[in-house]
Amino acid sequence: MTDRAVIETAGLTKRYEEVEALRGLDLRVPSGSIFGFLGRNGAGKTTAIKVLLGMARPTSGDARVFGLSPAEARSGVEIRGRCAFVSDQKDLYNYMTVAEMIAFTRSFYPRWSAELEQKFLRRFELPPSREIHGLSRGMRTKLALLLALCRDAELLVLDEPTSGLDPAMAEDVLQALVGQVTARESTIFFSSHQLSEVEQIADHVAIIDRGQAVVSGALDDLRAQYQRIQLVFEGDAPEFKLHAPGTHRLQRRGRVVTILSSNGGAAVLDELRGYRPASIDVSPVTLKEIFLDSVRAAEGAESADKGH
Amino acid sequence: MLLKPNPSSGVPIYLQLMEQVKHAIETGALRPGEQLPGIRPLAEELVVNPNTVAKAYRELEHEGVVELRQGAGAFVTDKAPTKKDADKLRAGQAAVAAAVEKLRARGVTEDEIRRLFEAELARNVEERRSR
Repeated sequence: MTDRAVIETAGLTKRYEEVEALRGLDLRVPSGSIFGFLGRNGAGKTTAIKVLLGMARPTSGDARVFGLSPAEARSGVEIRGRCAFVSDQKDLYNYMTVAEMIAFTRSFYPRWSAELEQKFLRRFELPPSREIHGLSRGMRTKLALLLALCRDAELLVLDEPTSGLDPAMAEDVLQALVGQVTARESTIFFSSHQLSEVEQIADHVAIIDRGQAVVSGALDDLRAQYQRIQLVFEGDAPEFKLHAPGTHRLQRRGRVVTILSSNGGAAVLDELRGYRPASIDVSPVTLKEIFLDSVRAAEGAESADKGH
Repeated sequence: MLLKPNPSSGVPIYLQLMEQVKHAIETGALRPGEQLPGIRPLAEELVVNPNTVAKAYRELEHEGVVELRQGAGAFVTDKAPTKKDADKLRAGQAAVAAAVEKLRARGVTEDEIRRLFEAELARNVEERRSR
């Protein structure tokens, strides 16, 4: 993996009439990474993907894919040629058979890999003579992925590639994605709601909320920054007011205080020792907890008066 | 030999892989001089990011457990803690446990035991220096 960015956006905004779908999105997707793009429904993920592929024009801000601007007609065409996209709809022609759909798609792409086509037909157990309208949701997803993988594109953009798949099928798909990165050194940018899958294969993530990236970076760095700290006191826990940056979700229950820290914990720990707890435990945090925390923190900041 | 890491444990996958390699060496499943699986095939087999496997191998090299040979792959070094070391430590732990138990029975407190151990280690170092 190099430090070159395949996708880069700065202050990207997109307004649809009344709705601000993107509100200053900053993203950086390193070349050769598997990048998990996370956010709740309506957070702006699909809009961001549309802007990156030149299917929607940004209202303001800058977007670059392979260093090119998707908003310009000619570079937009080049981007779409070098990048394979699978939408959440898995757009396919229902009246075609699997084999016809593959032959049809193949005709557009000179770099099409017949070897990968045979490999994924077998591995995904796709029936070539079946008509597409008769395929299950999982089969449709696998066919759409096969079409994207065989193009041997530099960048794969996948909108929820494993939605609707059973765990075994999802694992097949993840394995195909890992294989694409190892064998072809492609970059994969995918959105997902399956946080455990993202943790499994992604090395970089961004969490977006209300059109902005609230968390982004290398997954291992985020894991190192976020920690759960539990304090136990001899008697009832004292009242707390922490000043160290990156302190989230302080919870007091009798003798026990739990804190989520996003700043490596050291500064918070120093401050906490001042309260003389009987014990301090630091434990790692999952991506799910980071996700829930960052999405809720944004919620709390916006509606502080609602209270929970 | 290496198992699928648990992505939801909160422990970074590269650290889990490092632990697994070290464990494999300690149990004798991997011996000094033997080759570790290649980064790409292992990433595909475990369905994890190849950069994550590469990071685990780099960190293991940094710790002196494996040696990365250009183009050939990763090999267990002679310095890697082996089964022998693990056995030695296990035996040592048993001896310490017995000593601690004996001292406790005589009413020596935890703090005092800790101080005794530290004083003994310090004296040991001094003696070896003056020899």
